[in-house]
Amino acid sequence: MVHGEIWTIKELFVYPNEYIYWSIQIVMYPFMTGLVAGAFVLSSLYHVFGIKELKDIAKFALVFSFALLFAAPLPLMLHLLQPQRGLYVFFTPHFTSAIAAFGIVFFTYSAIVASELWFVYRKHFVETAKRLKQKQDRTFGEAAQYIVFTVLTLGAYDIGEKALHADEKAVKILAGVGIPVAAFLHGYAGFIFGSVKANALWMTPLMPVIFIMSAIVSGIALCMFTYIVTMEIRKLLASRRSASYRGYESREQIKGVEVNVIQMTSRYLLLFLVFAISLELLDLVFRGYTAVKSWDVLRSVIYGRDFIDIFILQYGVGNLLPLMLFLWPRMTVRRAVIGVVLVLFGVFMMRWNVVIGGQSFSLTFSGYMDYHLPIMPTNWETYREGLAGALTIMAIPYALFLIFLRIFPVFSEARQK
Amino acid sequence: MITRRDFLRYVVIGAAGTALPLTLTGWKGARAAASKNGPRWVFLLDTYKCVGCGLCVKACKIENEIPFEANVSRTWVERYVVTKDGKVYADSPHAARDGFSGYAVSLGDKGSRIIPPSDIDKAFFVPKLCNQCENPPCVQVCPVGATYQAGDGVVLVDRKWCIGCGYCIMACPYGVRFFHPVHHVAEKCNFCYHRITKGLKPACELACPFGARHIGDINDPVDPVTRIIMSERVSILKEEYGTKPRNYYVGLSREVR
Repeated sequence: MVHGEIWTIKELFVYPNEYIYWSIQIVMYPFMTGLVAGAFVLSSLYHVFGIKELKDIAKFALVFSFALLFAAPLPLMLHLLQPQRGLYVFFTPHFTSAIAAFGIVFFTYSAIVASELWFVYRKHFVETAKRLKQKQDRTFGEAAQYIVFTVLTLGAYDIGEKALHADEKAVKILAGVGIPVAAFLHGYAGFIFGSVKANALWMTPLMPVIFIMSAIVSGIALCMFTYIVTMEIRKLLASRRSASYRGYESREQIKGVEVNVIQMTSRYLLLFLVFAISLELLDLVFRGYTAVKSWDVLRSVIYGRDFIDIFILQYGVGNLLPLMLFLWPRMTVRRAVIGVVLVLFGVFMMRWNVVIGGQSFSLTFSGYMDYHLPIMPTNWETYREGLAGALTIMAIPYALFLIFLRIFPVFSEARQK
Repeated sequence: MITRRDFLRYVVIGAAGTALPLTLTGWKGARAAASKNGPRWVFLLDTYKCVGCGLCVKACKIENEIPFEANVSRTWVERYVVTKDGKVYADSPHAARDGFSGYAVSLGDKGSRIIPPSDIDKAFFVPKLCNQCENPPCVQVCPVGATYQAGDGVVLVDRKWCIGCGYCIMACPYGVRFFHPVHHVAEKCNFCYHRITKGLKPACELACPFGARHIGDINDPVDPVTRIIMSERVSILKEEYGTKPRNYYVGLSREVR
């Protein structure tokens, strides 16, 4: 079997070599980088623009963005037919290719996020390292912790007021520089598609901007979702602990903070969601109005074959429904959860409709290709380019986040207050 | 007041600063001129002569070791059938490796449709292969430079360097690229580069019993292919993409995709 043949159904006149070569992992790739960029922008809203209400979720978003960052290149790796050569992109980048910029943008961005995290949590590293150093009989775990935190301090033990002030300044600068870089990281993912002149659906200069807007939407939504989940777990823990434990907040305290944060964050989510929908509709209207050569086949795909995917699932369930849920007065946590899950689904469907939709018609403009996502992995190929591979990619950032929580005290600061 | 020493220094820096870019452009120009002296391979395809026998596809698959059963091919033949009610049917089942026979037009994985000869206004065959574009989008998008254009215009793939991302496949408006079923890297027609660089004809041209396909050197004014391209009415495929394809067709109809 030729690569792509297993999940492609051809209809009418399609060139013999045409298959759906870019499948689920290429849907996952912009989805994941979008989450990274969006989470970072959310954290920057607090660090740069000083939006105090977002303080709680901002620190959380930064750590989560870091966890997502490691998962972002994995879909690309799983997609490559020669994954062992993936590093060639860094060794011999061919700069006329949009993908070649990946190495530089990705590493620049990683460096910014990592150093910003270091400045934010430096005080904690130093304090933990000092505390563990003084401890006489360290357990094995504590000894390991001691080594990790000593390394993390990078030898900078000064946590005087002046030094911490300098840290704050550095965080602000890094977060500020990070916003355009995050936008670039994702805008260039949009450029990868928007610059393919052979693909009638992809080729539009709006693609990078649409991608950035929907990226921010999805990033904020995922942060809200994960934030709510972790807060719910903390609420459960808080109600289990007896009131005699001092230092822990009560269930009600956590709930108050949670609703407040969700309300604030959802406003920014709405703002970017409206931007994203407007741009996508502009693109659609423009295509219909100009009606160039490719419009006949595009119309049959958009309004016919992919109607449910685009108008029902993406615009209806993924955009309109959450828009109404968020605009409805008196926001509750439960409604917010439904809203953000629908938003995430909507953004995923948008990526799907771009990547798969762009390949659902032939270069001949007189044939179609249907994509059948491999559900059960029967071999390596149907695993990595199937549902199982996509779910693996989705799970990785959460696993990393659990590990990072042991290093970065995302929630303990609220506890200390 | 400028000293003599400073004056001399500025003169040297200024001269060097002007000369260096000029040298570089001159060097680049020299390189371009060098490639102009050699051949620039092109293909001439006469659709009037093609009968859709598929021998070119068979020969190509054997010569270039593309598994016979694999539903991909470096070259293929398309059949166009225009019916009296103005409908256009087109197909290329298995890249036409078995040739066209009978009146059933393939509808892809959805079966086929028999079109009786009495319904047909016109029908013809169009052979396809890589256009070795002057401005190849596949070369532009390769993230690692594994696909490149040789001085004679042929676009090649380095099987040892291709990472298999498929970006070049996406970028080609002609659908000539695919993943090699054995080597799992991007694959395409290269005008049988291993043959033409030794003065031999490509496999498809040799296999064609009707002389529908000819390779030529556009830089050679006495090459018969060049003479036809220069003196007769020829057309190219999908000009609107700006890729400047170098396959010239005789008798191309507006229905051709």
